[in-house]
Amino acid sequence: MTAPASPTKVRGETILDVNHLVKHFPITQGVLFQKKVGAVKAVDGVSFELRRGETLGIVGESGCGKSTLARLLMRLEKPTAGRATLAGRDLFAASGGELRRIRRNMQMVMQDPYTSLNPRMTVGDIIGEPFEIHPEAAPKGSRQRQVQELLDVVGLNPEHINRYPHQFSGGQRQRIGIARALALRPEVIVCDEPVSALDVSIQAQVINLLEQLQEEFGLSYIFIAHDLSVVRHIADRVAVMYLGRIVEIGTEDQIYERATHPYTQALLSAAPVPDPEARGHRSVIRLSGDVPSPADPPSGCHFRTRCWKAQEICATQDPQAVLRAADPHPSACHFAELLPGR
Amino acid sequence: MSQNAVRPTPASPTPPGGHLLEVRDLHVEFRTSEGVARVINGVSYHLDPGETLAVLGESGSGKSVTAQAVMGILDTPPAHISSGAILYSGQDLLTLPEAQRRQVRGKEIAMIFQDALSALNPVFPVGWQIGETLRQRLGMSRADARRRSVELMDLVQIPAAAKRLGDHPHQFSGGMRQRVMIAMALAMEPKVLIADEPTTALDVTVQAQIMDLLADLRRDLDMAMILITHDLGVVADVADRIAVMYAGRIVEHADVRSLYRAPAHPYTKGLLNSIPRLDQRGGKLATIRGLPPNLMRIPSGCPFHPRCPYAQQVCVDVVPHDLVLGDGRTSACHFAQEVRDDRAS
Repeated sequence: MTAPASPTKVRGETILDVNHLVKHFPITQGVLFQKKVGAVKAVDGVSFELRRGETLGIVGESGCGKSTLARLLMRLEKPTAGRATLAGRDLFAASGGELRRIRRNMQMVMQDPYTSLNPRMTVGDIIGEPFEIHPEAAPKGSRQRQVQELLDVVGLNPEHINRYPHQFSGGQRQRIGIARALALRPEVIVCDEPVSALDVSIQAQVINLLEQLQEEFGLSYIFIAHDLSVVRHIADRVAVMYLGRIVEIGTEDQIYERATHPYTQALLSAAPVPDPEARGHRSVIRLSGDVPSPADPPSGCHFRTRCWKAQEICATQDPQAVLRAADPHPSACHFAELLPGR
Repeated sequence: MSQNAVRPTPASPTPPGGHLLEVRDLHVEFRTSEGVARVINGVSYHLDPGETLAVLGESGSGKSVTAQAVMGILDTPPAHISSGAILYSGQDLLTLPEAQRRQVRGKEIAMIFQDALSALNPVFPVGWQIGETLRQRLGMSRADARRRSVELMDLVQIPAAAKRLGDHPHQFSGGMRQRVMIAMALAMEPKVLIADEPTTALDVTVQAQIMDLLADLRRDLDMAMILITHDLGVVADVADRIAVMYAGRIVEHADVRSLYRAPAHPYTKGLLNSIPRLDQRGGKLATIRGLPPNLMRIPSGCPFHPRCPYAQQVCVDVVPHDLVLGDGRTSACHFAQEVRDDRAS
């Protein structure tokens, strides 16, 4: 299972820089005088960089904070702490005109193409709506033409500009969502589970479209998904999240072939491989139990309650995501090592 | 932990006593105000004791409807079984009166569903729900049913079963809820377990736990299993045989190894080529062009022809029959042999 040397595309400078981002949702008690009794630590100190033209995959199971992270980056949530800059501009301090410029530069594709499009708006209005909010992006007279161009770019018939979302299939609706995200010519697109609602045969079409658009417009993607195979296919670098933290981050090859964090190893082992010949020949790591509640994460290493390597130190000391001896990429485990046989 | 070997038997010939379960030329239509949707168009498959058959298909392919017809839980109307037979131990379930059908449902053939949260009753404790079957069907006393419920919860590896008997479904995690539903299905010790997308709503690590559990239970209790799924990875891990459905038909039927090695239907081939792989970094993904058909207007001839790279005039004109390939497989394609031997694409 040695992968061929992955084609290394030329990567530019950092466009998005995220530093110790934290989002705690308060848990309150009482009706009139609400008092805070705890916090759901959805995102608990996340740092990463996204470079120009690159795709950073973010994988993790439900509740690991990957969607909250997306909402923070889109400024749909206010962070509890932490900093992020987009093309040098401070994402969370910005307001007014500065914020508008930032928002133009970063757009989002949502998971569910059935609920993320307004059923009472035509496709033309949906894709053109960003121009209403940012009128400087396109003069009024040229908008219809631009929307038709966008439809064409994502592989839809430009003549269907006056149709409504229900007249399209799931895959086509996701293309509409992508066209809307492209309208303002952003540099960064956050894709939150963009293909998980689609059937297998349609999923491949949308993945190919995203890759083609990246080439064409030099886009950078944050690609959030729970499907490890899809992420391996599309991502240049991958971050693995568990209970609000990045436990391991590296190139696609480092994560999928040389993972050193036990959680990543277990996650990869659990993912089914469509090859009956591999049955009985794959290393099998089965985690017991479920992910603990983010309202009450374990002390020290969040993963220690399900980890077969856990020792005293894991309960008392937070492992930092630093370069480990086993393989030169950041892994947040005191006992980071390659799986035997690698 | 558990690794069950691939069973060597491919699509087996009819054993002397007949198959355990056999679906024969089933046709189901949905009569709606907008017209008639032909959802199942001549589906036949069989299941022998102890084996796992995977029924694979995308949404709308008819995989769940077939299973619901077998269970006798189709919503009628709008669904209507227009022809066909479903034989269990040689007896046609479709001609049985409801009272006798009930004796089969749950006791001989049981089913688990994708969404455990909506399949369980939110207002009753899980112990009560597992025990309900035992009290109703076996006439057990409440104390006995309680005791047996704990055993069943132990069997599906719910930790501290005796303590959790009184908990309600919302107090369980997704994986644990799925285990509760499996425990309910096993209460009557069925010979056939139909699992309809049992892990689709679950995370990968939990999915792996549940698939292991199902495989272990199938073996330990000597059940046969029909696994309905859209996930080619899950199939490769557990199934003996696989039936691929498209537009209400089984387009290909084979033992799992042969099918993955050399698919003999262009649809299967397209699916296998279009999934990103965990064990390799891909370039451009192959795609199947177009969309699955509207079941009210299924294309003439082979329903897959508008999307098929092998399509010729004959595919537009003539409905392909199941072509029996040498190794006990079938493929409903005029060019099945060519497709199987064409390794280039």
